[in-house]
Amino acid sequence: MWIYEKKLQYPVRVDTCNPTLAAMIIEQFGGPDGELSAGIRYLTQRWTMPTNEGKATLTDIGTEELAHWEIIGTIVWKLVKDAPKEAIQGTPFETHYVNHGKSPFPHSAAGEAWTAAYIQSKADPIADLHEDMAAEEKARATYEYLIRVSDDPGVNETLGFLRQREIVHFQRFGETLQIVQEEINRKKYY
Amino acid sequence: MDREQVCSLREIMEVDFVIKETALYLNTHPTDERALRLHNTYSQKLKELESIYQAKYGPLTNHEMSQFPWAYINEPWPWEFDFSLC
Repeated sequence: MWIYEKKLQYPVRVDTCNPTLAAMIIEQFGGPDGELSAGIRYLTQRWTMPTNEGKATLTDIGTEELAHWEIIGTIVWKLVKDAPKEAIQGTPFETHYVNHGKSPFPHSAAGEAWTAAYIQSKADPIADLHEDMAAEEKARATYEYLIRVSDDPGVNETLGFLRQREIVHFQRFGETLQIVQEEINRKKYY
Repeated sequence: MDREQVCSLREIMEVDFVIKETALYLNTHPTDERALRLHNTYSQKLKELESIYQAKYGPLTNHEMSQFPWAYINEPWPWEFDFSLC
């Protein structure tokens, strides 16, 4: 069960009108290591997670990822909402615009539609938690590339926050993995 | 956009973030008493701030009570806030 809260997790500020940057940021809206993939991955893995610490961690981080997805959609929207068509023509955002207008859409920066093939759920907590830790590091790397190509100070502040969250989540999944491994080892009798 | 509303929501968001962090930490450290105290303190603080905000600007969730007419639908929605005001 979920309930919507009328607030963002981070106060998104965008200082420029920049459709090109929007087209790059959309990588984290619907790309393989984006926030949608993260949220659906963790929330899907919950049913077969054996420990209570793991169930709580997947639930809460999965939920936070959906809040991050909302932050990314907000950045994309604020980067394009005031753009006249002349500011869109000839930019990488133009191919997005002819299909979706100014609405965000879950595809990668290269235009590939989001697919469940980006995630896994193996009913094996060791495999799943390793995937989750790798996913956090891949998202961190993507945020670093995005910060490198962005020259909007407000956008960079928000991307910096999201990058930090990947690091915190990696840490929590690591602790969850350790708890699961201890639990598995305890169940061995010789 | 009402600057005072932006500042009030921002304060709620800050306290909410503390709770998100303590909760995630407590999920893997459920017996850390100091962290739990911190969590409970800020949880109480959040309730107070939300109650003041909602009385003035309407419900933050559709579970809350509202004055007439139903104020949950009121703008600004989260993606419409101008956070450069505060």
